[in-house]
Amino acid sequence: MVTLKDYQGGETAWCPGCGNFGILTAVKKALVELEISPHEVLMVSGIGQAGKLPHYMKCNLFNGLHGRTLPVATAAKLANHRLHVFAVGGDGDGYGEGGNHLIHTIRRNIGVKYLVHNNQIYGLTKGQASPTSDLGFVTKSTPRGVVSTPLNPIALALALGASFVARSFSGDVPHLVQMIKEAVNHRGFALIDILQPCVIFNHLNTFSWYRERVYKLGEGDYDATDGLAAFKKAQEWGERIPIGVFYKEERPALEELFPAIEDVPLVKQKIESRQFEKLIEEFM
Amino acid sequence: MVEFNFRVGGEAGQGIQTIGYILAKTLARGNMHVHASQDYESRIRGGHNFFHIRVSENPVYGTSEKVDLLIALNRETVDLHTKALTEKGVAVFDGEKTKIEKRDPSQFDVPFERLAVETSGNKIFANTVATGAALSLVKYDFDILSEVLTEIFRAKSKQVAEDNVKAAEAGYRYTEENFKGEVACELKPVEGPRRILINGNEAVALGAMAAGCKFMSGYPMTPSTGILQYMMNKSSDFNLVVEQAEDEIAALNMAIGASFTGVRAMTATSGGGFSLMVEAFSLAGMTETPVVVVLGQRPGPSTGFPTRTEQGELEFVIHTSHGEFARAILAPRDAEDAFYLMNKAFNIAERYQIPVVVLTDEYLADSYWTVDRFDFSKIVIDRGELLSEEEASKIKDYVRHKFTESGVSPRALPGYPGVLVVTDSDEHTEDGHITESAEIRVKMVQKRVWKTKGLEKEMVPLSYGPEKAGTVFLGWGSTYGAIREAVDLLNEEGFEVRMLHFNALWPFPTDAVIDALKGSEKRVMIESNATSQLARVLRAETGIQMTNKILRYDGRPITSNYIIQAFKMEVRA
Repeated sequence: MVTLKDYQGGETAWCPGCGNFGILTAVKKALVELEISPHEVLMVSGIGQAGKLPHYMKCNLFNGLHGRTLPVATAAKLANHRLHVFAVGGDGDGYGEGGNHLIHTIRRNIGVKYLVHNNQIYGLTKGQASPTSDLGFVTKSTPRGVVSTPLNPIALALALGASFVARSFSGDVPHLVQMIKEAVNHRGFALIDILQPCVIFNHLNTFSWYRERVYKLGEGDYDATDGLAAFKKAQEWGERIPIGVFYKEERPALEELFPAIEDVPLVKQKIESRQFEKLIEEFM
Repeated sequence: MVEFNFRVGGEAGQGIQTIGYILAKTLARGNMHVHASQDYESRIRGGHNFFHIRVSENPVYGTSEKVDLLIALNRETVDLHTKALTEKGVAVFDGEKTKIEKRDPSQFDVPFERLAVETSGNKIFANTVATGAALSLVKYDFDILSEVLTEIFRAKSKQVAEDNVKAAEAGYRYTEENFKGEVACELKPVEGPRRILINGNEAVALGAMAAGCKFMSGYPMTPSTGILQYMMNKSSDFNLVVEQAEDEIAALNMAIGASFTGVRAMTATSGGGFSLMVEAFSLAGMTETPVVVVLGQRPGPSTGFPTRTEQGELEFVIHTSHGEFARAILAPRDAEDAFYLMNKAFNIAERYQIPVVVLTDEYLADSYWTVDRFDFSKIVIDRGELLSEEEASKIKDYVRHKFTESGVSPRALPGYPGVLVVTDSDEHTEDGHITESAEIRVKMVQKRVWKTKGLEKEMVPLSYGPEKAGTVFLGWGSTYGAIREAVDLLNEEGFEVRMLHFNALWPFPTDAVIDALKGSEKRVMIESNATSQLARVLRAETGIQMTNKILRYDGRPITSNYIIQAFKMEVRA
């Protein structure tokens, strides 16, 4: 039986009170509840405070480049689709530097679960605006306030036809555990945008700011299979912020669509050089 | 027969490549040695393209400027290439279409289109008529052409194949009856082993597959697109995963992800794409993830000359990326070498857990050679320190980046029970976690920089020609054929010249080069670039200066004739 102790990692280097702690707790808890062992998990993380998360637990880890988690995770899943592959990064990593990969990973519907720690600020570089910083927010890089429209990750993912789009809040661990479990059980790509207060550099979107605003989808009569309703819901931000599964759709994941890996994972297949000898006939 | 040169020219979209390939294949079927190169523009329709085929009973290593038979699909081809015709050279064209009135003995008018419509009912068969006419002029066996056409077009339909054969026959017979002139020589199939006809990209792709590459991600870019496409086409039958990436950044990150998970993986691009891969290249260095990158060079900077050739990226790949770490650089001589060198590339990548660059160029990528059937028994898969699940389970407290005497750490894979594989693009401890320790930093740098020690002994350059010759021609990669032929021809003329040629450039084989250049009086570096990059690298690594350089950077391939002329004008003087 898998226990929390199996996932117990070393010392963290996050600031006291950081919103990331809730995410770390939730990830470990979800994996334990799903009875997944650490060796079955591969986390691919980027650069930023979020990218450090897998270092503070136990699992296979590829901590790669800023913004480039998704291509690495995609290929890892294709090379061994029996692994539970997660990509972990922040809003700068995923919505800024890695924007193009997000677009195309959504299109691929690869079975990678993407956790975005969205704190609406750059933490590791000490306080510049991020792609999701609210309009007017004064940061070190926006002394007159943010003037560019914030990126709406939920609407973006929905517009691209994502098969699983959710938002959660690091201040609500049970909710986040639930979202991660649903994402893992989902066939294909899952985006979880996680609202995560930065206690040092973001004095606007604080724990209490979020707590006053977030409410759970699914407690009413919300239908997560209605794409248009989801898109409408995705526009809600400010006074009230919905969290939960915005949209969910069942369709084949990318790894199911390669004949080469229909049965045996690619990594388990032996190298057989001689099988290519017959191709020589094409050149005769 | 010494050799014979065909050239097929016309606009993009006229099917030059198809005619050229069919001609080359038909000649190769007669057991002759064939080399074919392509000259094309960065456009889909219009402009001027040509396909050059050199054929001989003896091995042919490179292309030539001479033309014995010009197949002109438009008037411009006649205007541009008539001056290249040899004494008995003939230009064949469709006078009705090209409106060429002049009729001298070197020109032969065949109504390609009219014959196509008459025999096969459609002018699209005009090119096949031309192919038949060309082979009739050299009295080549029509049955071989018929066989090749049938093979190539029956994939479309039996009818298309038959129409092509009929069209070819019409061109062939028309020429038999009407051509009254003379061509340089006749071509007949010869005894001997049947060879394969393959281009550089196909050889790279096949070599990679034979070497056990199971994952390929790429973004289309000339001249390497053919590699991605070839592997894509074979992926279902041979259990490969090939993914077209959204950009080159993703392409190399994907290859790294697949390799980290345990499969041999590669990408292929050109200089512009490789520029985007630079950060990921250093990621492979830092995380000690084996990966192979094929870089098909084309003239830069920037978009440059997209469909032409150059060797402008040697110093770029030696220094690619921020930080210091080991890498290997290989540069195939020709298609045959490319096949076997891909095996070496994947083995080196895994033995040393480093990124490996295979430097090709447009000339190599697009040119065809007849070569002996590839010998698959020579393919050896050496996965280095890769641990099996069982081996890994016996290691207590496995760590991915363990300090070892060689600098190479045993490599487990994610998914092995009882083992966790952790790596980081940050400086890391032996167990792959982030560190700030100065002491670990120093040891990790030493590991990453010097773990390839000894590999330079496997990078020995090829010596060719009279051992005692005082003049040495040096070169690397695809200039091999041209330099080798120049050496042969100059020695025949009484000059004493030898060759030192590199198909493996990094780690630089310093001792072997110093040894090989002992006693040399003139050292002539021959490269397809403007600044003689290998000369600079060689001097930095050995202290040896070149006395002369023969360089070409107009985007066209170096030929033996180009070298000989430059040698006589500059070096000898």
